Amino acid sequence: MPVVSGQTPILQEQFIKAFRVMLLARLLEDKLASLYRSGLIRGGVFLGKGQEALSVSVGINLNKSDIFAPLIRDQAGRLAFGDTVLDTLRTYLGSQLGSMRGRDGNIHRGRPREGYYAMISHLGAMIPAVSGALLARRMRGETGAVGATCLGDGATSTGAFHEGLNAAAVEKLPLVLVIANNQYAYSTPNTRQFACDDLLDKAIGYGVTGHRADGVDLESCLEVVGAAIQSAREGGGPQLVVAKLLRLVGHGEHDDAHYIDSAIKQSALGRDCVTVAEARILEEKWATAEDIESWKKSIHDEIETTTAKVRKEPTPDPNEEDWCAVSDTRLVDNSQS
Amino acid sequence: MSGGITYLEAIRLAQAKVLADDPRVFIYGQDVGSFGGAFKATKNLAKEFPGRVLDSPLSEDAMVGMAIGAAIEGMRPIVEMQFADFSTCGFNQIVNHAGTLFYRTGVCCPIVIRLPSGGTAGGGPFHSQSMEALYAHYPGLVVMTPGTVEDAYSMMIEAVAIDDPVIFCEHKLLYNHLKADALPSEALPAGQAALARPGRDATVVTYGAMLHEALAAAETLASDGYEIEVVDLRTIKPIDTDTVLGSVARTGRLLCVSEAWPWGSVCAEVIARVSSEGFGLLDAPPQRLNAKDTPVPYHPDLWSSHRPTAAAVEASLRELLRM
Repeated sequence: MPVVSGQTPILQEQFIKAFRVMLLARLLEDKLASLYRSGLIRGGVFLGKGQEALSVSVGINLNKSDIFAPLIRDQAGRLAFGDTVLDTLRTYLGSQLGSMRGRDGNIHRGRPREGYYAMISHLGAMIPAVSGALLARRMRGETGAVGATCLGDGATSTGAFHEGLNAAAVEKLPLVLVIANNQYAYSTPNTRQFACDDLLDKAIGYGVTGHRADGVDLESCLEVVGAAIQSAREGGGPQLVVAKLLRLVGHGEHDDAHYIDSAIKQSALGRDCVTVAEARILEEKWATAEDIESWKKSIHDEIETTTAKVRKEPTPDPNEEDWCAVSDTRLVDNSQS
Repeated sequence: MSGGITYLEAIRLAQAKVLADDPRVFIYGQDVGSFGGAFKATKNLAKEFPGRVLDSPLSEDAMVGMAIGAAIEGMRPIVEMQFADFSTCGFNQIVNHAGTLFYRTGVCCPIVIRLPSGGTAGGGPFHSQSMEALYAHYPGLVVMTPGTVEDAYSMMIEAVAIDDPVIFCEHKLLYNHLKADALPSEALPAGQAALARPGRDATVVTYGAMLHEALAAAETLASDGYEIEVVDLRTIKPIDTDTVLGSVARTGRLLCVSEAWPWGSVCAEVIARVSSEGFGLLDAPPQRLNAKDTPVPYHPDLWSSHRPTAAAVEASLRELLRM
C-alpha cells in the first residue's frame, strides 16, 4: 500500500479557520486547568496541549453527517466537529444541563445520535464502534460518509486496536484512524511501547493506506488528514495517519510530566503547534498581530461568560436520578435487597 | 420430547423471522455466513438474506464493538459468539461499552449477543462455561437463559425487539436433544419466570438445561408422594423475584439449581433475595446446588459429576425435605 504525502496547497482561509479553533481549544483548556487547580472540577482534567494542529485537522475535514470518535486530547477536533464551549464546561463542571447529565464527565462527553461518539476509557474500543456505524450505513445503502477516530501511541499496543483496524480493513470501511504519537503513554516512552521502526509501518500489516503528517505543522496536518479523509470518502478503505508530536502537558493535570526527556522538549518535536501556526500567519501576512490579539480577546470573553453561566447551573440531584441503566422500564431488576 | 422442532432449529427459525420482519436486523459472527455457524444456528440464512449474515474475523472485541456502532446507527445486530467461553475476549465492549451507553448518553444499544453456553460431554474447560451471572453482575444488560424450545424461539424474537443489550445464553446440551411439536404463537414476556411444574412441598428455582434435571428429579420424587414446584427463571436479569417469593410462600422450602459456578452465582442472588425479602416464608434454610468450583473437566465421567444432575437435584431435595 502506498504511503501518501499530499502536495495540495492549503488555502489561507482554511489555515486561519483551523488556527482560530486551535486558539479556542488552547484557551478553553487553560481555563479548565485553572478551574481544576481551584478545586472546581471533580475528577481528572486531560489536556491536548501540543496536539491541537493534528486534532483540529480531523474535526475540520469532517462533515456533519460523518462520524467522529475523539479521544482524550482532542479538544480542538471536538470543537471543529461541532462541540461547544458550553457543553465542554457543563460536562467538566458537572452541570445537570450538560450532555452527560453528571453521569459521565470530562472527555467522555458525546452526542452519539449526532455522530459524535462518547468515548469509553478503554483504548482502541472506539475503532470497531465507528466501523460498525459505517457498516450499518453501507448496509442501508448510504454512501459518502466517513468515520474518524483518534488514538495515541499507547493505544496501538491494545488488542482492541488490532481487532478493530483489522476488521475495518477486511470490510474496506471508510475509516480514518489518526495516531498522535506524542512520545509518551502516560510515562511510558515509545521505546517501551513498540519495537517497529515507525508506527506507520503498521499500515502495511493491516493492508490499509498509511499517511505521515508533521504533528507540529498545521499545514501538514490539514493537508495529510484532509487527503486521508478524502481517500476514505472516495472508497479507498481504511486510512492510517501517524503524526509525531510532543504532549506539552502531563498525562492529566495531576501529572507534572517530569519524566519527559529534556532533549525531546528542545528538539523540533517539542515546538508548540499553536506558536508555530501563529508565526506562519504573521510571516505570510494572513493576519496582523492585532487581529490575533482580538481573536484571543473574544475567545477569552466567550469562555469567561460561559464559565460564569455554567457555574450557576444546577448539578445533578441524586434524589431525582432514576438510577436505571436500561431503557426498557419493564426490564428493571426489582430487587429490594 | 416428541415432535420435530429442536431447540437449535427454534433459534435458527427465530433469527430467520426477525431478519424477514425487520430490515434493521443483521447477524455478525465467526463462520455464520455460508458455513452456517459452528452449530448451524444460521444455516442457510446467508443465502436467504444476502448481505445480512456476515462472517467476522476471529475478533470478539471487534465483533461486539461493531455491533454497538451499528446499533447507535439504528440497526439491530445479532452477534454470535462461537462459544460462550470466548465472549470473555469481547467482555470489555459488552460490559463497559454496550452496558453503559444508555445510562451515559441516553442512546439505546439494541444488540443481541448469542452465547452457546453450558457443558456437553467432552467439551472441557473452554467450551462449556455458563457466563450468565458474570454478565448479570454488570448494569445495563438483560440476560436471558431459555430452557425450552418454545422459549428459545419466542425469547430470541423478543431479545431483538428489546432496546437494550441482551445476552442470550442458549444451552448447547439442549440444541439437538430438546424438541417441540410446534413453535409458540404467544409467550410470557422477558423478565417473567414460568411455573414449570406446580407443587406444594418444596420449590426448585432453576433455568437453562438444569430445568430438565429439576423436572426429572421432581418426577422421581412424585412417585414417593412429594410434590415439587419447579420455577424456570427464563430471564436471569431481571430476576422475577415476585414469582420466586410466591412459590416459596406456597412451599416454605427452596432449592436453587444452576450449572454455573457457585461463587456469586444466580443461586446466590436468588437465595439472598428470598432470605432478605421472604425470610418469614421459609420453613428450612434455603439451599443451592451448583457446579463444582473447578474448571469444567473434559472427561465425561468427571464432567457428569461436576455439574448438577437429576440424581444430585433429587438428593438435595430429599435433604431439604428432611430439614
